[in-house]
Amino acid sequence: MAADIAGARKTPWLLLSPSLATISLLLIVPMLFIVVYSFWLRTATGADQVGFYLDNWIEVLGDRFYRDILFQTLLIAFYTTVICALVGYIPAYFVANTRMNSKAFLLLLLMLPFWISYIIRTMSWINILGTSGALNTLLMSIGIIDDPIQMLYNQQTVVLGLVHYLLPFMILNVYVSLDGIDKNLTEAAKSLGCTGFQAFREVTLPLSLPGLAAGSLLCFVLAAGTYITPIVLGGPRDAMFANLVFEAIVTQLNWPLGSALSLVLLALLGALVVIYTRYLGIDQIAKSFK
Amino acid sequence: MDDTKRYERLLNRFRDGDISRRTFLTALGAAGVTAGITGGPMGMLARKAMAATPEQVRFDGWGGVVSEAFEKYAFAPYTKKTGIEVVSGTFGGADEYIARVKASQPGEFNLAHLSGVFDYARYHGLELTSELNEDNIPNLKNVIPTLIEPLRKITGGTLSAVPYDYGTTGIAYNRKYISDDEAKAKGAKLMVDEAYKGKIGGWGEWKTRIWYGALQSDQDPNNIQDIEAVWDMVRAHRDLALKYWSSGAELMSLLAEEEIYVTEGWSGRIKALQDQGHDIGYHDPAGGLGWQECLFVLRGSPMAACEELLNFMLEPEVAIAVAEGQSYPPALDPQKIELGEVIPTLPAFDPTGTLSSLSFFDPAYWNENEADWSKTFSRVQRGY
Repeated sequence: MAADIAGARKTPWLLLSPSLATISLLLIVPMLFIVVYSFWLRTATGADQVGFYLDNWIEVLGDRFYRDILFQTLLIAFYTTVICALVGYIPAYFVANTRMNSKAFLLLLLMLPFWISYIIRTMSWINILGTSGALNTLLMSIGIIDDPIQMLYNQQTVVLGLVHYLLPFMILNVYVSLDGIDKNLTEAAKSLGCTGFQAFREVTLPLSLPGLAAGSLLCFVLAAGTYITPIVLGGPRDAMFANLVFEAIVTQLNWPLGSALSLVLLALLGALVVIYTRYLGIDQIAKSFK
Repeated sequence: MDDTKRYERLLNRFRDGDISRRTFLTALGAAGVTAGITGGPMGMLARKAMAATPEQVRFDGWGGVVSEAFEKYAFAPYTKKTGIEVVSGTFGGADEYIARVKASQPGEFNLAHLSGVFDYARYHGLELTSELNEDNIPNLKNVIPTLIEPLRKITGGTLSAVPYDYGTTGIAYNRKYISDDEAKAKGAKLMVDEAYKGKIGGWGEWKTRIWYGALQSDQDPNNIQDIEAVWDMVRAHRDLALKYWSSGAELMSLLAEEEIYVTEGWSGRIKALQDQGHDIGYHDPAGGLGWQECLFVLRGSPMAACEELLNFMLEPEVAIAVAEGQSYPPALDPQKIELGEVIPTLPAFDPTGTLSSLSFFDPAYWNENEADWSKTFSRVQRGY
């Protein structure tokens, strides 16, 4: 009897062991390498000096430069998330409540951007907003402007590029949440005297907030970790924290400093996920991928 | 105590019963994990295995027409003659490649088409250089000596690479808005001219920004006396610039689309723009920046096989085809080799073979300041 219970207890672990081994090898072990690296030093030749040094951590945590860029990164991620939430809710609501038979087709349209490389999608804005791009050409051809407007290579275009990249994540999360709401609740609210807008405000919106929060979390985390968009669409000053990690590791060949920087970003974004999980539950995000 | 001794002791302790099987395996596993990030015994095994397997050599370059020319004129006949396959890879930039090499085991990467002297010194600093047997590369005698000597100086008289081509980073400007006379008169200072605010570009690479900052503050880039004046010029350029470009394709796009009117640019890329019909001028200002690219053999590579491949790649037919493909003159001495009709028309080509009109990065000086300046540039770029 005792042996059966012990066997039954082991079974889930045995079944889980391939996944645990994979996660350990591909996620935890590399992460530990990064932690170890962050305590090493870069020598003048670019080689690493093995040891236990706190220099990188003192520099990263004590230097205003890194704090400012981190703050700028969080601000850009925040703007992106807010815009995604505002712009993404409407199509999600439409797809969830449409009576058209082609709901599956609409969902497919939402997935379409993922079939095109993120870099290509980002670079497409150069052909749209550039000096000789589609928008300037259109405005000049209908006589609204005489000379092209400089629209590219600033923080606004960085946010635009990020919204373009992240909007489908927001729409899908909100859609899943809206789709799960019992339609009878809205009808019940209306039967009790609510107008359509009141029913939305008092019933639909509160019930869809977990999806909105899950989408916001995804958008925020992905936006804060990006470095391609500022390179392609940003000006000389526009950079996000991940660009500093890239520069430290690739340009300066300073892997120890780059490791410390990446761990700071990881810790910050990890803390956000923990807070989200504590109050809303991570399972909401998983639903949108089902 | 070396690693072999350490493992023997560990094994003896296990055999003697001083440590349990679990502790022994744990210690061994930890050593394996450590070796993954620090090199060590596993790395040494990999090095020996790679070096002893010359069935193939790996070559990494910039891709595109250059790789196609190498494939057609060098790799195919080389494989036919030797039976050694050339595995061809590409990289997007010198920094990216060195990061990949640093993460690899010796022998994993063999040959690469790298930027010249500065990166050569970086690889030497990381102990990634090899020692070529020049007797196995008879075509080396056709290479411009001025390009070989700086490499020898770094590696104490020996070579780990052969020079392959050269070019300049000069000032490129749109002739619709900037005349040749104005470009020549203003030189490097054209790029900090307020009249072109928002229409100026620049390569977002710290070395080039500092080099031009030195020229703009009337200093010798290889002997900067007032670095603060240089940073001020880098800041001035940053505030006037629309965009720092990061690749040749981006440089060409920005100029062709008239997003910018002036930037520094790579001679070969500007030639390509001119060939496409764009009215882009190119001027090497006084103290303008010359550079060379080399074919580098990394430590741990099968040397004889690599040397033979280098000799194939230095054949005039191959070097000229590659040069015409990328619009950069080959490193072959025009006093010794007939370079055809196209090469003399390329920008930066020096018919004398002395390259005396060009200035190059002094590797010792720039490497000495690399850690400090690259980090400071990262800050200055972001508004500091």
